Amino acid sequence: MVLTMFWGVAAFTAGVVIAAQLVWPQLSFDSEYLTFGRLRPLHTSAAIFAFGGTALIGTSFHVVQRTCRAQLFGGAPLGWFIVLGYQFFIVIAATGYLLGITQSKEYAEPEWYADIWLTIVWVAYLIAYLGTVLKREEPHIYVANWFYLAFIITIAMLHIVNNLTMPVSFFGTKSYSAWSGVQDAMIQWWYGHNAVGFFLTAAFLGMMYYFIPKAANRPVYSYRLSIVHFWSLVFIYIWAGPHHLHYTSLPDWAQTLGMVFSVMLWMPSWGGMINGLMTLSGAWDKLRTDPGLRFSVTAVGFYGMATFEGPVMSIKAVNSLSHYTDWTIGHVHSGALGWVAFIVFGSMYYLVPVLWKRPAMWSTRLIGWHYWISTLGIVLYISSMWVSGIMQGLMWRAYDELGFLQYSFVETVAAMHPFYFIRLLGGVLFLSGGLIMAFNMWRTVRGDKAQAVVPAATAAVAA
Amino acid sequence: MSTLVSIGELLSTLWTVWAVGLFAGIGYWALRPGNRQRFERDAQIPLNDER
Repeated sequence: MVLTMFWGVAAFTAGVVIAAQLVWPQLSFDSEYLTFGRLRPLHTSAAIFAFGGTALIGTSFHVVQRTCRAQLFGGAPLGWFIVLGYQFFIVIAATGYLLGITQSKEYAEPEWYADIWLTIVWVAYLIAYLGTVLKREEPHIYVANWFYLAFIITIAMLHIVNNLTMPVSFFGTKSYSAWSGVQDAMIQWWYGHNAVGFFLTAAFLGMMYYFIPKAANRPVYSYRLSIVHFWSLVFIYIWAGPHHLHYTSLPDWAQTLGMVFSVMLWMPSWGGMINGLMTLSGAWDKLRTDPGLRFSVTAVGFYGMATFEGPVMSIKAVNSLSHYTDWTIGHVHSGALGWVAFIVFGSMYYLVPVLWKRPAMWSTRLIGWHYWISTLGIVLYISSMWVSGIMQGLMWRAYDELGFLQYSFVETVAAMHPFYFIRLLGGVLFLSGGLIMAFNMWRTVRGDKAQAVVPAATAAVAA
Repeated sequence: MSTLVSIGELLSTLWTVWAVGLFAGIGYWALRPGNRQRFERDAQIPLNDER
């Protein structure tokens, strides 16, 4: 039984998630407020923190209450404080970007006042989550909760350490970091990479370990593998950050350490992918009839691919070509669109009918449309960025017979233009898929009668 | 001071040993045949959560 409070929280969350999906900054109108430098952090924060974070808070509350058989610790007031407090953080952070307020740390741009507010909300989140786990009626803590909890604890630690600053004045927005020089760079990428590791990976794995078994109606392929998956991920990921600082003034041994631990991450990543995919063994036919589940399974496939590509790119010889190019952008989006967004879509297509007590989503066919349009969008996006990025890297390092650089920088930019257009096309397709989903969800929530869709296979059997 | 530095170095080495030992222990706990049934039961938790 789900609590009334929980309905409210999840309803709001889903609404915000839809809204966040629609955020897709593309055009600049010669206005300082709309320059790429200000809109880019708006895009990354909207995707990671607004879309991803809100989905995580909503699903984690659902999963922890269901798998612990306990009401949320702190009840409705604490739940609402966390959800609304987090939305308030997003609003003050995003408006700050547009006004040019930033501490210039990638994925940690918000200034001190927003950071302090987020710390308060996040500690409340930890208390609510941990409190629910402690008062559980189910003796065992299900593995999805381990992943969610690792995410909450690690993000708290990373956020606080990386954002230790001294504000210039009480009413001013500017602050100075407690760290400087290469220590600052290392702490920033210790933060940055573990934001990928614990926010974008561990937390969404928590989602995978609950929603794929639910949608497939089978237990996870190997619970023991999930335990090994969790602990190896936690033990290894925290060391991988230095691979963002190859060939910088960071000591060589630290760069090599980061590279070695990144390569070691292959093991838990592929172990986790196998565990997710094999959960469907004996139920593969569901992929044909349940396009929502198809999203989740494709997400796990992208998780495997993106976490294969990442360690390759962390190898110093490869990184010397790939770093600072569009290849990195393509890699990030195969993770962000293919893994993060798809696992969220899959989970939401399962969760929305459950929360609003509908038999199914309003239209199964629209889920199929969403799936293929988004997949095509991702393929266009990542393939164009591969070509563009590798071309860019090769052009930067090309020499003529006299030892001069063969291309000027602007020539490399001009060469990338067609691929930027293909990337835009991919983005538009992905956005269109999101709009289809929003429409489908709105009809479902409104309570419109589900369209009677007879799957082709069933129809054939009946005939 | 130099004593403190050497103690610090010793502790950081021991920390690596402890972390490896801890991880090996978790691996043993997860894969021990005696725990098989228990984990198979735990894997059913999400499927039995409707009340």
